[in-house]
Amino acid sequence: MTTPVLGYIDRRGPLHALSGVSKLVLALGVVLGAMLGFDVRYLAVVAAGSIVLWGVSRVRVRDLAVVIWLIAIFMTLNNIGIFLFAPGYGTELFGTRHVLVDGPWRWDLTSEQLFYQLAVTLKYVAVLPSVLLFVATTRPPEFASSLARIGVPYRIAYSVSLALRYIPDVQREFRTISQAQQARGLDTTRGAGLRTRLRNLTSVLMPLLLGTFDRIESISSAMELRGFGRGRRRTWLVSTPLRTPDVLLMVVAAVLVAVPAVLLVVNGGRFWNPFV
Amino acid sequence: MTRSPSAVTQVVAIGIGAALFFVLGRFVAIPTPVPNTSISIQYAILAVFAVLYGPWVGALAGFIGHLLIDATGYGIWISWELASGVFGLVVGLLLLRNAIGDGEFTRATAARFSLAVVLANAVAWLLVAPLGDLLIYSEPANKVWTQGALAFVSNSITACVLGTVILSVYARTRTRTGSLSHDR
Repeated sequence: MTTPVLGYIDRRGPLHALSGVSKLVLALGVVLGAMLGFDVRYLAVVAAGSIVLWGVSRVRVRDLAVVIWLIAIFMTLNNIGIFLFAPGYGTELFGTRHVLVDGPWRWDLTSEQLFYQLAVTLKYVAVLPSVLLFVATTRPPEFASSLARIGVPYRIAYSVSLALRYIPDVQREFRTISQAQQARGLDTTRGAGLRTRLRNLTSVLMPLLLGTFDRIESISSAMELRGFGRGRRRTWLVSTPLRTPDVLLMVVAAVLVAVPAVLLVVNGGRFWNPFV
Repeated sequence: MTRSPSAVTQVVAIGIGAALFFVLGRFVAIPTPVPNTSISIQYAILAVFAVLYGPWVGALAGFIGHLLIDATGYGIWISWELASGVFGLVVGLLLLRNAIGDGEFTRATAARFSLAVVLANAVAWLLVAPLGDLLIYSEPANKVWTQGALAFVSNSITACVLGTVILSVYARTRTRTGSLSHDR
């Protein structure tokens, strides 16, 4: 619970100097592009680019070690899951079948399946570094103002900013209430059984929630008194002007979305099929 | 008399609801005997927010909260984030015009809430999330339906039980309309 939320890492690097808008556009471009495209060549290029970007950024792997571990575990489990549930899915997609290892019952390892799962994994490797880098190199207040600048209604952008602002508060309150209840003998840690733990957790949640409702009321009154939502636009405290590198980054993002759309037509489908 | 929260209150509720969703989803996981599934209490909270502040708050708080969890943890997996938003939206829509804010939480309301939660879970985890996985990520069909079904069962139970408890306690903290009587 003591880990800092949303791992912004305060270290001057080339990515830190860029505007939040262009970084957001790039991250969105990568997410969208990798969502559309399933061409392994495209995904490999994006993944390589993401890793290069990581190298440039001066964000160390150690800074985000826990997150990367989580992702690695999730990715492995997902791959195992896919293989257990559908070992023949690659064959179904590509229409050929080259058996590599003759497994028990239907679990034969085919090169088509490996290729398909490679694409799934590459999708991850392509998207993750850019999203993590965006989170690590953009200050939370700038995140909200960037959202507003790319056309998200400012009320929604402001909710995002409120969420980021109140995450540490909610965390602290949760910890305080949980410790107070534990001092009264209500165990919410691993030691207790599932049923007691759930019941005790409710006695932590109730004060937290009732406190939250009060907080919502007082914040919204304060905002209403200051005339929030009266104007059609609003200004933001933090917003960096766009410079040449930012424009370049946004062009790259546009290309990243355009390429898979072109590949869809060229490949005649979402997958690039090397087996035919 | 049912009042609907003002636009400013809704903005605040979205932000704080997303923060709560994030904290509970990220740091408070209760492992179950079934491997790889944990009880996600954040959906009970999301349902409560959708009931008290309306469908749009439910939808956006769920979507933003889930997006924040994923952006700082497992990586963006857009189909499941959308499903969280849809869950909040459906619960809110099915419980429009409730009188819980006025201290009325009768058995009928509890039944309506439970029904709405189960229905919303079905739409989110048996329809939106698996379909998104199929269309966006081209995952094998039987895998995504199994995952969806697991999420459906565990989230339905948690959200029904916990959500009902929370709402009934909340209703008791509110002053009932017409609770004052004329003293002659």
